[in-house]
Amino acid sequence: MVQEAVFRIEGLRKSFGPNQVLGGVDLELRAGVITVLMGANGAGKSTLVRIVSGVYDRDAGRITLAGQVFSPSSPAEAIRAGVVTVHQNINDGVVADLDVATNLTLDRLNGRGAPLVFNPRRVRREAAAVAARMGLSIDLTARISDLSLADRQMVAIARAMAHEPKVLILDEPTSSLSSAEAERLFQVVERLRARGVAILYISHRMSDIRRLADTIVSLRDGRISGIFEDQPLDYEGAVNAMLGKKISAGDISVRAATAPVLHAANLQLTPTSRPFSLTLGGGEVVAITGLVGVGKTALAETLFGVRAPVSGGMTLDGADYAPRSTRQAIERGVFLVAKDRGENGIVPGFNIYENISLPFLKRISNFGITSRRSERDLARTQIASLGVVCRSERDEMSTLSGGNQQKVMVGRWLTQASRVLILDEPFQGVDISARRDLAAKLRASAIGRATLVFVTELDEAFEIADRILVMSEHTLVGEHRNADINVDKLLAEIAGQHQMVG
Amino acid sequence: MNLEQTKTLNAATGAPHPVHKLTIRELAIKYGFLVLLLGLILFFCAFTNGFASPQSAVFILQSVAITGILALGVTATLVVGGFDLSIGSVATTAMMASSYVMVVMGGDAFTAMLVCILIGVVVGLINGFLIVYMRVPDLLATLGMMFLLVGLQRIPTEGRSIATGMTMPDGSVASGTFSPAFLALGRHRFDFVLPNLVPVSVVVLILLAIVIWFFLEYTRFGRMMYAVGSNERAAQLAGAPVNAYKISAYVISGVFASIGGILLAARLGRGDIASGNNLLLDSVAAALIGFAVLGAAKPNAFGTAIGALFVGVLLQGLTMMNAPYYTQDFVKGGVLVIALVFTFALSQRRR
Repeated sequence: MVQEAVFRIEGLRKSFGPNQVLGGVDLELRAGVITVLMGANGAGKSTLVRIVSGVYDRDAGRITLAGQVFSPSSPAEAIRAGVVTVHQNINDGVVADLDVATNLTLDRLNGRGAPLVFNPRRVRREAAAVAARMGLSIDLTARISDLSLADRQMVAIARAMAHEPKVLILDEPTSSLSSAEAERLFQVVERLRARGVAILYISHRMSDIRRLADTIVSLRDGRISGIFEDQPLDYEGAVNAMLGKKISAGDISVRAATAPVLHAANLQLTPTSRPFSLTLGGGEVVAITGLVGVGKTALAETLFGVRAPVSGGMTLDGADYAPRSTRQAIERGVFLVAKDRGENGIVPGFNIYENISLPFLKRISNFGITSRRSERDLARTQIASLGVVCRSERDEMSTLSGGNQQKVMVGRWLTQASRVLILDEPFQGVDISARRDLAAKLRASAIGRATLVFVTELDEAFEIADRILVMSEHTLVGEHRNADINVDKLLAEIAGQHQMVG
Repeated sequence: MNLEQTKTLNAATGAPHPVHKLTIRELAIKYGFLVLLLGLILFFCAFTNGFASPQSAVFILQSVAITGILALGVTATLVVGGFDLSIGSVATTAMMASSYVMVVMGGDAFTAMLVCILIGVVVGLINGFLIVYMRVPDLLATLGMMFLLVGLQRIPTEGRSIATGMTMPDGSVASGTFSPAFLALGRHRFDFVLPNLVPVSVVVLILLAIVIWFFLEYTRFGRMMYAVGSNERAAQLAGAPVNAYKISAYVISGVFASIGGILLAARLGRGDIASGNNLLLDSVAAALIGFAVLGAAKPNAFGTAIGALFVGVLLQGLTMMNAPYYTQDFVKGGVLVIALVFTFALSQRRR
């Protein structure tokens, strides 16, 4: 049933300053077909969506909708032309303080030719019609802020569908839904497919993709790296195309762990996920990899005392370890270099040495009085050993490049000896030379502690780890020694085709 | 890469790196306000009689002492990224409470002061609780608290001011008096250069300014409070008990405000329902003017003290040049606006 494409993108290019984000993307969407778009962080998915929905202008390329040239200059124009986008952030699609009926008819109150005065009864009648077409059973008088996330998502989609679009774009619609809620969403999406809407479904979740995909398109570094449409779909191939096949099992000498440092037994991260066990040994570097949203950050935060596990326990050097705050974790020698340094790491009002000393002020203060001299000494040591490019340790953080900021963030936690050093996406927004410096430093300093690195990119895991663990759906599903890796098996585990491991 | 490494090495070993020259703009941001203050003082010295005298200097300090103390307290809440609108009413509540304790209940000076400090602590704890645990936005929580306290302080006396020998609502006459020790807080003057020159309130202002300045700049607690205000999440992930720091800031603010209230009561010698109207605006203005001092672009104790002094100098000078009293608020507002432009438009440190 190969049909003519309803929506066709040809040679789409977009750059932000010197960064090319999309380097010539070709994509076709067909009526009644769900096309899944997969891509790692920074692959260009969001940019693609924003161009198609009229938020960004394109630099080059041609988009046609049902044979007509499509070049929206605003989101409203894209919607009028019949291309409707439901964005990742659910609350962008609804107005929280208004009721469901008003939300469903909002666009009608607000276009050209909209009436000055509206009749609430008619609004409710129209809303009821929209809801009925979608098979939506929500109280139309309820306020959005009283609804669950899933219901809000339904309202956002129903609102989008009120325009009778030819193309519907769903940007990671399940990222904040539970599996039962997601199931309701799938049914709605399938109903829309049956009505002949061309759907572009953007997701990382393998369970979504298995459930819905008719076609899978992989995006990598701003280019389409694979199109999979033959049944049965080659999920592994799609993940492979998305992560890239530059897989060069690292040229590092793999070390074996000494005695176990941290042991987690039957740890359960969410009420519905399977428990798993984890042992980290002294001197080894362990990488945990997996797609976005599989619970890597949840595990990092559990180990660091930011959140509590649903069940299961941990021991550190043989003694019970159940941190209830970050301070307790730090006192026991468990450190976390958090991801998204701008949000979770850097104190923008502080200079380099004040940022570095932040967690350990207590240890270097006398009777509560800070010693700027020892702070600056510590900072200078880290600047020298990590090769931070700066004028002095008094520089503002904002004057540093991304890679150097990250070196400061890692250096912060290297100033004191740790038992377990956890790094969550430490190479995010870090240039290649800084990444090499950081990886080398982490491996060189690994003796005497356990090091745990969470990365989405496989290359990064190969570059740094002695052992690689795979995470999928909030549990560990695979383990590999970084010496003789069965790459196909690793990819299959990432894609979710796995057996449970002990 | 090689070049970079050399540069790093230089920085790390403390070898001389290129001297950073300040541009005129940076100089203006950093020293502009202090130069303006100096210029103002010189101007008034030249064009008024008696501005350049110890008495005049002490008078200026005395006029800003109570607002300055409140401003130092509110600085602590600004540091953790909050705000405290209740300080003015905490001060007046403390004033009424101390008068009530002594005049109506016949208590001594010590009890009166203890009750005031306690009020400051409790109000600070409630503010902090509302903001941290009830998630009420800081401005709204402290606005509500302000309203509540303005009303509360009038209830015990059914809206009357408190003075020695006042008639109570039930017709009896209050038997207590302001204790001499308490009144001394408002009237005693220490010898300094000249006999009987420096009032107690000025000494308290200077002591508290030094204490809070040292606390914020040189202790780890102060540093963590700045971290909480600058990036709360990062501070939490660095092991800071963020909520405790936030609540402490409101307690500091409450206690400072109640000290201001004690001094106000001691100066007036009565619990005056109508006094203290301007305390909130004046002290918040001083703290915000402080952002501009030395180009800090953030709340800081030294800046707050200079900000309070700036307003005091300006008003004293203008008064001595016969500017009418009703222009005062206009002048203060003008200074605040200029200081805010200094902080936010000229300084690019905040991206």
